[in-house]
Order: sequence, then C-alpha cells, then structure tokens
Amino acid sequence: MQINKLERKSGVKIRENIENYIFVLPAVTIFSIFYIIPFVWVFQLGLYEWDGISFTKVFVGLDNFREIFFQDANWWHAMWNAGYITLIALTLQNILAFMLAWACDREIKMKNWYRVIFFIPPVLSEVVVGMAWRFIINDIDGANIINRGLISMGLGQFAHNWLSDPNTALTTVAVVHCWKGFGWGFLIFLAGLQTIPRELYEAARVDGASAWQSFKNITIPLMIPVMVLVAILTVLGTMQVFVLIVSLVGGEFAGHTSVPVLRILASMRGSSRFGYACAQGITFGLVLIIISFIQYRFHKKGQ
Amino acid sequence: MLLRSLFLGVFVLFSVFGCSAQQTDSKPTISIWHWMTDRDPAFQELAKKYETLTGVKVNFELYAPSDAYSQKIRAAGQGTNLPDIFGILGEKRDFASFIKAGHILDLTPYMEADNNSWKNIFFPKALAVNEFAPQNSYGINPGIYGAPIDIMTIQMVYNKKMLSQLGLNPNRPPQTLQEFLDIGPKLQAAGMQGLVSGWGEVWMIDCLANNYAFNIMGKDKVLATIRGEVPYTDPDWIQVFAIFKQMKEAGVLAQGVVTMINKSAEQLFANEKAAFAFNGSWCVNVYKGMNPGLEYGAMLPPKASDKYPMAVWGGAGSSFMVNARSKNKEEAVKFLVWLTSQDQQAYLAASTNNLPANKSSLSKIPEVLAQFARSMDNATHPNVWGVSEFSLVIEAFDRGVQSIIIGEKTPEQVADEVQKIKERELAKRKAQ
Repeated sequence: MQINKLERKSGVKIRENIENYIFVLPAVTIFSIFYIIPFVWVFQLGLYEWDGISFTKVFVGLDNFREIFFQDANWWHAMWNAGYITLIALTLQNILAFMLAWACDREIKMKNWYRVIFFIPPVLSEVVVGMAWRFIINDIDGANIINRGLISMGLGQFAHNWLSDPNTALTTVAVVHCWKGFGWGFLIFLAGLQTIPRELYEAARVDGASAWQSFKNITIPLMIPVMVLVAILTVLGTMQVFVLIVSLVGGEFAGHTSVPVLRILASMRGSSRFGYACAQGITFGLVLIIISFIQYRFHKKGQ
Repeated sequence: MLLRSLFLGVFVLFSVFGCSAQQTDSKPTISIWHWMTDRDPAFQELAKKYETLTGVKVNFELYAPSDAYSQKIRAAGQGTNLPDIFGILGEKRDFASFIKAGHILDLTPYMEADNNSWKNIFFPKALAVNEFAPQNSYGINPGIYGAPIDIMTIQMVYNKKMLSQLGLNPNRPPQTLQEFLDIGPKLQAAGMQGLVSGWGEVWMIDCLANNYAFNIMGKDKVLATIRGEVPYTDPDWIQVFAIFKQMKEAGVLAQGVVTMINKSAEQLFANEKAAFAFNGSWCVNVYKGMNPGLEYGAMLPPKASDKYPMAVWGGAGSSFMVNARSKNKEEAVKFLVWLTSQDQQAYLAASTNNLPANKSSLSKIPEVLAQFARSMDNATHPNVWGVSEFSLVIEAFDRGVQSIIIGEKTPEQVADEVQKIKERELAKRKAQ
C-alpha cells in the first residue's frame, strides 16, 4: 500500500517535471540556437586559421589567443581607447543623466517635454549623429559652432580641428558618444526615482531634513541598484562603440580612435583572418563579462 | 452555414491549385546580386530589355552598403547559396579564396571562343584584375574568372575656377610635385582649402603612396619590396613617406583630410570648397549629382621624379562572376556577354557616368570622363601585381602616413615601424 502510494507520488513528480521541461523547452531552444551554439561555434572558429571563404580551416589551437595576449599591441591599445571612452561615459554621461532625471522627477514645468527631448539622441542613428556632429565640429565641411563659440568668447586659442588632432580626437568621440547615450541612463534613472516612495521624503521633511540630506540619505541609497544597472549597461554599450567613430573620423585615425570592434572588423575584412577575429571576439566578450561580474560583486558587497 | 460553405470553398480552391503541378517555364530566371546603388536603375532597365529580347528574366538584387554586401556574399558562399551572377568586393586573395572554394566559373573558354571575340572587346587592364596568370602566388589555375562591366582610375581632379582665382592657368594643372607644393602658400593666402580625399578610410592613402612609389622607384622595386627583397627603410621609400610631410608643410592638404571620409571630401570638392581632390572616376557621377555646373578637370598626381612614369590605380571598376555551381551558368554567361556588348556598355556609361569596360563604347562620354579614360595607360592595380603585401604591413603603412600628416612621426620612424612588421610577418610565413 505504502509502496503504491510512493510509486504514484513519484509518477506524479516525473509527470510534473516533464511538464515543466516542456514549458521551458521553447525558451531553452531559442536561447541555445541564438546564444549558446553561436558562442561555442565562434570559440571553435577561434581555434582555426580561416579566411571566412574557403571550406578548409587550419587548426592552430590556442595560437590566435596567444597572439592576442602577447603580440597584438594594437588590440590592447584599442581596449585602452574603449576603456577611456567608457570612463568618460560612466562619469560625464551618467552624472548628466542622473542630474537631469532628478530634475525631471521634481515638479517642474514642461517636464514631459524635457523627457521627450532628452530621449531624442538615443533613438537617432549613430551615422546621423556622427554626420551631424561632424558638421558642428568641423572646420571646412561644417558650421564649426564650437570653434566660433570659443572665438566669440575670447578663447580663440583653444579653437582647432577637434577630430583631426590626435590629442582631442578620442575625447571628442567620447563626448559625442555621451551626448548620444545619456538619454538611456536618463530614462532608467527617472524610472528608478519614481519608485522611491514620496512618504520617505515627506517624513524626512517633517523630521527637519534639508534637501541635501534627503538626497544623500534617501535618494542615493535607494538608487544604488539602478546606478549599478546603468553602469553595467554603459560599460557594455560603450565598449562596443564603433559606428559613431567610423562616421566621425572614418576609422581608426592612426590608432588614436581604434576600438576593439574596429580591430575585429580589421581582422575579419582587412586581413581576412576570420579565425583570429573570432578569437578577438571571444576575448572581448570575456573581458566584458568579467567587468560586469566585478561591478555586480561590488554592488552585492555594498548591499 | 454560409460561413461553412465559404471555408469549404476556400479549402477546395487551395487543395486544387496547391496540389496542381507547378507551371513549368523552359526559360530560366537569372539572379544577380550587386552593391551598386547608383547603377541599379540602369541594371533594372537592361534586365527588362534582355527579357524582351530573349524571354530570360533577370533579377538584379541590390544589397547596399558595400560592407553589408560583402558579408552577405561570404555567408552565401559558406552556405553554397550564391546567386547565378555576383560581384566580389575585396582584395585578390579574397577573389582567389572564392575560386578555391569552387564558387566561381572559369570564363576563359567563353572569352577565348570564336577567336577571342569576347575577350577582345575589353580594355586589357580591365580584364587583368580578373585574371590569374600562370604560376600566380595564389595557386589558382591560370584563367579569367570575371567579366568587367566598367573600369575606373583613381587620380586627381582640380577646380578650374579656383585655379583661375589663384592666378594659375585653369587648363594647366600642376605637373610636378614642386609646382603643386608651390600652390600651398597661394591657397593659404586666398583662404582656400587644397587637396581633399577620403583619407580617414585609409585605403586611398595607400593608393596615392603607391602611385608615388611607382614614380620614384619603378614597378620592379615596389614589387621587390612586397616580396621582401627591398626594405621599407630604403631611401626611395622614405622619399615616398616624405612627400606627405612636404604636402602638409606646404599647406596643400585640406584641414582634417586625415580623418575625412570620402563622402565629405566629395561634398567639399563639389561645393567648390576645395581646389583639388584625389578620387576615383566614379566621382564624375557623384559631382554631377551634387553640382552639375562644377568646372573641373582630371589630372595625374603631380610627379615627384622623372625616373619612372607616374602610375595611378585603375582597371576593372566592378566585375561580375558566374557561380560555378549554378544550374543556369550557361545562360548567365550569355547574359554577361550581352551586358558587356557595345550598346549596353554605352547605355551604362551614359546613364551612370562610369567608364565602360568595352573599348568601343568610349566614343560618347563626357570630356572629364575621357580624361580619366586616357589615364588607363598609366593604370596599375595591386590585383594585377601577382604578389600581395601582408595586410598588417598595409595597415602599418597607412597608419604611418596618417601619423606623418598629423606631425606625430617622421618618415624615417614610419619606415622603421613598417619594416619591423614586414620582417615579423615574413618570419611567420617562413615558420609555416
């Protein structure tokens, strides 16, 4: 009797398990087809020397990875450049996005209008943004509003060709990238700010807290999870920037604006080294995963 | 009841027509993939004409921009899903890889049939880029693997009005490098910009530098360098690098030329904001679209030496290849023969302002296009050299020239760096 009961129970459990597996099967299948299999395939291709056209590939083991880590100075220079743009995005872009979101979260006139305006740059094509900024910055094919502005303010000594100067090209690209990207952060920060219960602010005001104290002791702590999310998204988005660079300076500009994706493209198209490009892609992906993981761990530790 | 009858009727209709035998058509449909946005309307027109003449339907499918097209072709090659006719964008080694993978039909028997009747209609230099010579370094069976549909040369153009404003003869552009450099102070005094080009997209730098290399040291020495027999630190190569420094210092280069994309360069020249441009013969169509009244002429880059003739990159602008696995390959070849014949080539030249690949279609082209055509005698192209430089060396070379222009490195430093990479790549090749 007891055995029968047990058998029936385990039968029900198996049936339930099968049902559960059937429910998740479509999602697992899609995830496998579009994420896991390509990742494994790209890793596998990274172990070959292959031109992307021939049917034959030459197995080289980890040679491609060895070359990336120990010989390819251009690759690490590109990583450094992407890191620099990311650092500017993490600070300038996100601080700007947070401040604007904070302002729009308060009772100000035309706040819905501002929300729309701030979200226009992210939805524009990167090519369009690049062309528009070329027009704003450039001396001969553009209006060069920046230089004209500097001259009119008596700061003519700072006016120069921002994109063709190796000292300013990357920073200019980073600033344009921030302009284009701050709208995403703005939206996420605004959504985060709106989830903070108003009662907390009211209670703080009743207790005599100043605006700064409310901001420091209520807004900031409650916004930390959102900040971590925005920081992770900023790192992932910015490290992969390249279309904007192509439309602003045409490419790597003597290495001054080279970034990992441009290096991967150069390996794939310029050198027809698909295997090496795949190895670069895997390395780049791992770097991004590690950075995101570190950010997440810091956040957890902070909590 | 009515609804049920309706469903039943639809079901019967689908069953009857769905199960019926497909209508068989003895005439095949030829599919062609290309990237040439400017030529697409003309292609569609020619396809209609061909269908009227022969009953064979031709589908031109445009995939632009060229980068996306390139990726599509590679992916289709991997899946053996290439169309009947397609073009290849890239270097000769990519072309060779497609042939090695069995994707491209050898057109030599068709070209040589009837006493070379098809082969003889083309400019030899246009055919050369589609040709693999005996004992080529790519290991490809000698033969012609593509049919050129137009030709191009990359050289310099000058604005006649701006030259007049500078007090120069608008019909005599600078012939020597020194004459060109002497224009720099005049340009600066007049507040004009000098040479514009898409040097942000580096390959055009490579092109001009190679022109000067041919002019200074001749073809044999350039090819010897590629083979690794002459170092890039050779004084002749340093002279080539130094030309860019001289141009920068003389003020003949437009501001920001080093990060300029070619579209911007074309706009600047077409809008008369720059006196010179370094561009391909396709620019005639571009400038016509941007500024139909632009008065300009084409010229060879001003020579730096009298030792060897100035060379320009040229040859087949665009070519079509036939898919060796296509079941319509015979029809595809017939279509290419028709497309490259005199009338069709003249139509393409007239409607797209590109130079025809067919020699006999040159008579009715605009004067500036004829100037480009006359430079075909000076034309050369890396795809006909039989040897190709390591891509990492080309990259270092082009980056180096950019560094020279922005004053970051000297010609000697760049030569050293390029040579080091060359030696590393040669050693790697030896080890294989």
